Amino acid sequence: MDNILSVLIFFPLLAGLLGFVVNKNSIRVYGIAVASIEFLLSLWLWMSFDATHAGFQFVESIPIIKEFGISYYIGVDGISLFIIIMATLMTLIGIVALEIKKDIKNLIITLLFLEVAMIGVFVALDAIMFYLFWEFSLVPMLYIIGAWGGDRRLYAAVKFFLYTFAGSLIMLVGMLYVAYVYHSVSGSWSFAITDWYALVLPLDVERWLFWAFFLGFAIKVPMFPFHTWLPYAHGQAPTVGSVILAAVLLKMGTYGFIRFSLPMFPDASVAYIVPIAIIAVIMIIYTAMVAYAQEDMKQVIAYSSVSHMGVIIIGTFAMNAEGITGSVFLMLSHGIVSGALFLLVGSIYDRRHTKLMSEFGGLASVMPKYAVIYGIMLMASVGLPLTIGFVGEYLSLVGFFRVSPTLTLLAGTSIIIGAVYMLTLYKRTFFGPVTNKANEVLSDLNGKELSALIPLVAIVVWLGVYPKPVLEPIDNSVKALVSFMHEKAQTPEAKETIVVSKLKREAK
Amino acid sequence: MLTPISIDLESLNLITLSPMLIAICGALLILIVDLVKPKLDKTLYVMLTMLILFVDLVSTYSATINERGFFDLMLVDGVSVIAQLIILTTSLLFIPLALTASNRRFHEYSYPEYFALFLFMVAGFQFMVSSDNLILIFVGLETASLSLYTLIALHNTRGAHEAAIKYFTMGALAAGFFLMGSAVIYAITGSVELYEVANILQSKMDDTGLMLPVVGGFVLMLVAVGFKVSLFPFHTWTPDVYEGSSAPMAGYMSIVPKLAMVVVAMRIFGMYINLDIETISYTIIIIAVITMTLSNMMALVQTDVKRMLAYSSISHAGFIMAALALGTTKANSAIFLYYGFFMVTNLGAFAMLWISHHKSKRHHERYDHPFSKFSGMIHKSPMAAVIMGIFMLSLAGVPPFSLFWGKLYLISSVVDFAAATEETKYIVLAIIMVLNSAIAAYYYLKLIIYMFLKPADESSGIVYVNQSRALNTVIGVLAILAIMSIFYVQPLMEFVTYLVSASGY
Repeated sequence: MDNILSVLIFFPLLAGLLGFVVNKNSIRVYGIAVASIEFLLSLWLWMSFDATHAGFQFVESIPIIKEFGISYYIGVDGISLFIIIMATLMTLIGIVALEIKKDIKNLIITLLFLEVAMIGVFVALDAIMFYLFWEFSLVPMLYIIGAWGGDRRLYAAVKFFLYTFAGSLIMLVGMLYVAYVYHSVSGSWSFAITDWYALVLPLDVERWLFWAFFLGFAIKVPMFPFHTWLPYAHGQAPTVGSVILAAVLLKMGTYGFIRFSLPMFPDASVAYIVPIAIIAVIMIIYTAMVAYAQEDMKQVIAYSSVSHMGVIIIGTFAMNAEGITGSVFLMLSHGIVSGALFLLVGSIYDRRHTKLMSEFGGLASVMPKYAVIYGIMLMASVGLPLTIGFVGEYLSLVGFFRVSPTLTLLAGTSIIIGAVYMLTLYKRTFFGPVTNKANEVLSDLNGKELSALIPLVAIVVWLGVYPKPVLEPIDNSVKALVSFMHEKAQTPEAKETIVVSKLKREAK
Repeated sequence: MLTPISIDLESLNLITLSPMLIAICGALLILIVDLVKPKLDKTLYVMLTMLILFVDLVSTYSATINERGFFDLMLVDGVSVIAQLIILTTSLLFIPLALTASNRRFHEYSYPEYFALFLFMVAGFQFMVSSDNLILIFVGLETASLSLYTLIALHNTRGAHEAAIKYFTMGALAAGFFLMGSAVIYAITGSVELYEVANILQSKMDDTGLMLPVVGGFVLMLVAVGFKVSLFPFHTWTPDVYEGSSAPMAGYMSIVPKLAMVVVAMRIFGMYINLDIETISYTIIIIAVITMTLSNMMALVQTDVKRMLAYSSISHAGFIMAALALGTTKANSAIFLYYGFFMVTNLGAFAMLWISHHKSKRHHERYDHPFSKFSGMIHKSPMAAVIMGIFMLSLAGVPPFSLFWGKLYLISSVVDFAAATEETKYIVLAIIMVLNSAIAAYYYLKLIIYMFLKPADESSGIVYVNQSRALNTVIGVLAILAIMSIFYVQPLMEFVTYLVSASGY
């Protein structure tokens, strides 16, 4: 099926529109069915994906505005493939675990529209298409936070929207500038990323454009000091909102760096490694410390998620195959692990209607299954070997070690501080005697929650032990990307920093 | 003894007048019908007006472009055709809304004079955009404006009278400035034909002491344009006038009169910009930047949706003026594209204000359309809330809704200009423009939040009386145009660019 990417985009859209007709008592089953079909389609995409081929596959291109070079241009490579699968998986799991009863029909339809936007962002190869899906993803998320969130949901929703909107508009100016440069060089308009890759820009222009794109992506990631919207968004969002936000929406930013910033501005990216790495290290250490100081379980996970995004940034700006592969893999593992942790917090919140750690204690004896799954996810989040978290974090740090051992050392503290706040959380919540009477009668995870969480546990262990089937396609595409950047780089420092892995050269 | 002047009818090229003549004859026809048989129902007049506008639209569309006629007073170029098409389409979408209103609350539509005046106004705007003779432009401007003041006043509420008087006073002032500006231009060059003025100015550019009167004439013209397009600091009438007029009328006023004046500005200022007088384009840009920023700030604090939309349309006017100052073909095409998309959304948004109102007259309330009126609309009237939400997102420039494409092209024209001239200040302009879009997103979101995320106020007694078939059809058409814009951007852009570049802008 050559048009599978279009099917992936438009199937949830169609299903969402048809969903308006479905009765609200049956909508949950409808949602699960649609999300499962979408997930199976994405698995089919993986099956028919040629892992040995590094370039874009399943490419489709239909011009939308010919004069202005905007086209419906989509494709997938090893970097985006697994993020797409993760997006469909997390949507499915989010819908399966849904506890919300109020206006459930609207929620499920909104989630399906959100899925359209998420898939669209990761398959778009045209900058305007990318921007279109990127901006459109804000609307469903605004509604999810604003309609089903906590007490300060309106503030959180608006803050989320405006922050991202402002950043991405600056990015839009950058895109238009690149398009103009392309037009003045080649004589025709094009917003296709693959065309833009071929563009060698003057160094000063490249630097300005790098920051324009940086602003758009950094707010989404979110990088320090633009991270302030995220704790509010997570704090107020319903469980399913947090799961999707942490698992997929944040990845749009880091994916943007790999898809746009690195190949388009290799020299600028190399020139700004140090400032960006310093921001990332601040982000890692500072937010980890903030996480330690939180009383609210969900906030701990929200801040820990920002902290881990810092490691992804470090890996991305390592400028070598190990680092970038690691960061892509870390995106996946972070998505699965933080998604699972938000689900776990959500299920305790549904039982007790509080997320404060001080309210709990000794839960391990009351809810053993819950404690086991929580423990596994926590270890994966910290980056214990043989869990999914270890692979990406290790590769990212190894990659960056070549650039700067000192900064890598500082970034590595994320594992230590991470262990500190996560284990403290675990200790205060699960161990010791049951201090609070209300906790004595809590029921353990029910079938619905288990069916959402057990697949995630399986993935965490499977990819922790044997990451090769996922790592290999990523690695192929990343190596091609790195060698492309190496060729494109103009300054000698950039050529030196962007290390093409040896294997690749031998193969040549 | 006077020698008889012989004029060849051929040389008059009367065909250039045909679109306006259709509108004027139509208006006279309506008056005659009323004279012969009074007390006919408004449905007849609405349909007649629509038919006349339709014929007018067809004759405009089929006009051969770059024709002059009637002693060279008329100039049918691409810009005039595209502007007339937008004006007529907006009018065609506006007039059916008259069917909606109950005769008791909106009795203005039961007078046939309303429709005659409306057609006279349309003809006035058509004259305004299809001439480069300052006198004819003035005549068109006054014909249109005087009819428009009356149309507002016919609404016959206290607010409407206030609005009409306010608009009249400001309009008269603007007309005065326009005349003085024309006089100054005539004094320097001895002509009121813009193409001749441009030639004479070009040849005199090196004269010392010419700059002062040239810039002086420009400033007077800028004041006149500023009043009509509502630029800072001449924008203060806008929210009050919009508030006083009926909601669809306000939507109409946010598009058609402004567009006509923008075309005039394009002709007059385009001449100055082509002469490379830098002060002039900087002045326009500075005013544009202040206009969009200030009105955005004002819109943030409004408590009434209609006033918020009024300030928002001022800020959109600022956007357009910024592009106008560049004077490139792309920027000028972007202006029309922007207006086309803006028409789709803004007329829709204003018409939506109309669908609900309070059951009882609320004399103690300051505003007719406070935000709270819309709270929880999603539960009472989900379809309406979704459509209004889409209009708001479109105004905010969220893709893929219509105004996004207008914004994209407009900002792209600014970025192109910056890259082509290698001037960083135009990049700054582009960034100011996008930041303003981000600020604007807040107040559009505010309405969405009220509609979707706030609980409904049960005690308010809001009824949806006006939701008739005509209104639903018009809003439905506009909503479909707003959502499906991605499918017709390409031909529209092609058409606009062709017409604009054909007329040399």
